[in-house]
Amino acid sequence: MTIVTRKVSLTVNGKAVSADVEDRTLLVHLLRDNLGLTGTHVGCDTSQCGACTVHIDGRAVKSCTVLVGQADGSNVTTIEGLAGHNELHPMQAAFRDNHGLQCGYCTPGMIMAAVDMVRRHGGKLDEATVRQELEGNICRCTGYHNIVKSVLDAAGRMEMASAAE
Amino acid sequence: MYETIYHRPSSIDEAAALFAKNEDGKYLAGGHTLIPVMKSRLAAPSNVIDIGRIPALIGIEAAGGTLMIKAATTYYDIMSSTQVKQSIPAIARLTSMLGDPQVRARGTIGGSIANNDPAADFPAAVLALGATIRTNKRDIAADDFFKGIFTTALQDGELITAVLFPLAAKAGYSKFRHPASRFALTGVFVAQSKGGDVRAVATGASQSGVMRVGEIEKALKANWSAAALDSVKISPDGLLEDIHGTAEYRANLVKVMAQRAVESAE
Ligand SMILES: Cc1cc2nc3c(=O)[nH]c(=O)nc-3n(C[C@H](O)[C@H](O)[C@H](O)COP(=O)(O)OP(=O)(O)OC[C@H]3O[C@@H](n4cnc5c(N)ncnc54)[C@H](O)[C@@H]3O)c2cc1C
Ligand code: FES
Ligand code: FES
Repeated sequence: MTIVTRKVSLTVNGKAVSADVEDRTLLVHLLRDNLGLTGTHVGCDTSQCGACTVHIDGRAVKSCTVLVGQADGSNVTTIEGLAGHNELHPMQAAFRDNHGLQCGYCTPGMIMAAVDMVRRHGGKLDEATVRQELEGNICRCTGYHNIVKSVLDAAGRMEMASAAE
Repeated sequence: MYETIYHRPSSIDEAAALFAKNEDGKYLAGGHTLIPVMKSRLAAPSNVIDIGRIPALIGIEAAGGTLMIKAATTYYDIMSSTQVKQSIPAIARLTSMLGDPQVRARGTIGGSIANNDPAADFPAAVLALGATIRTNKRDIAADDFFKGIFTTALQDGELITAVLFPLAAKAGYSKFRHPASRFALTGVFVAQSKGGDVRAVATGASQSGVMRVGEIEKALKANWSAAALDSVKISPDGLLEDIHGTAEYRANLVKVMAQRAVESAE
């Protein structure tokens, strides 16, 4: 059987990209296999772990549960696209400062989910909300405690940064 | 995942025409049921027809005593809608308890009720509020729509375009979540219509999917309060039994969730 591919074009981390892929390709595989952006991880087969979380048009979604066709024409941000030139994103810096990771497997997904969380809740984030909002991300190492601390710390830093603008 | 051909129509008519023209097609909305089952090869449609971006299928309108939620509106847009919060707050509450943030960013009301998973949340609200399911062909009353687990009155190729909820006097939802999947181990939606009719609908409990609970409806009709359910006994006959809970356990959950739903009702 001949394999049919089609061209999809999207913006990834601010750059226009396109690739010839089969329609059954999942967004996460386009990112990892075609674009070499291996910071986005695959941790499960059941759409539950959140390690594959990226932003599509600003919203955190599980890229293992999106077909490339659905993302065609969209604006995608991955963990590789968060940091500035020489500077970590405040969420990345907070994870480092608060020991918010151990093996690091879940971390890209945690950070992408957390950035979207802060965008939606702004300064109104409290511990209970952070815990509830992390329901789509599983961590097998940290026990979540330092992840929650990191997110709250980053929320404060991001508030201050946006107030200063 | 087996091979498939992806289509992205821009109108309802185009979507229906693609379905009619292509063999073995499936509509794709949020994809948060269909893609996982395609990944596990439990489904292998030759054609997927993405209705998720059709403008006529997205949006929320409240007018003339009815809240209309179009089929491809995402959970996130439903739970953050002021119109939903003002007209039927229990729907906003139910949506905020469904899945997790990433699931809510993609999943849709139309996909949830078309799929009719026995533990899904929206079928309970649709049946308890006596909503109408609008398709590209006709209007279907909720009472005639849910036909047992993963089965609905939809015909092949019929597309849900919107769900119309009549505003209620009071409505509330409570669910005992499965801690891993987030689905309802048992959830109960209670509603008192503007005409005084009372409905209580359980999801996640019955072997035949979403179900009205007569004993609870009767007690609440006589006295709309959590205490009125203290003496109600739910029979475990026909309830689900699995590693997560026995039928007796679920029978008790039906009552306790109904009490909490009444307490949360507004
Ligand atoms: C991790 C996880 C947790 C979840 N937790 C919950 C939960 O707690 N509660 C809950 O209720 N659900 C839960 N879900 C399921 C989720 O709600 C799905 O989004 C929903 O079941 C299907 O909606 P969809 O838009 O994603 O539909 P899709 O997956 O795109 O489609 C599902 C089915 O419906 C059909 N369909 C879709 N739209 C239409 C339409 N307009 N007309 C006719 N047919 C249509 C499709 O052909 C397909 O057969 C969870 C899912 C995941 C992955
Ligand atoms: S890899 Fe996407 S949710 Fe686990
Ligand atoms: S740090 Fe190892 S899985 Fe989270």
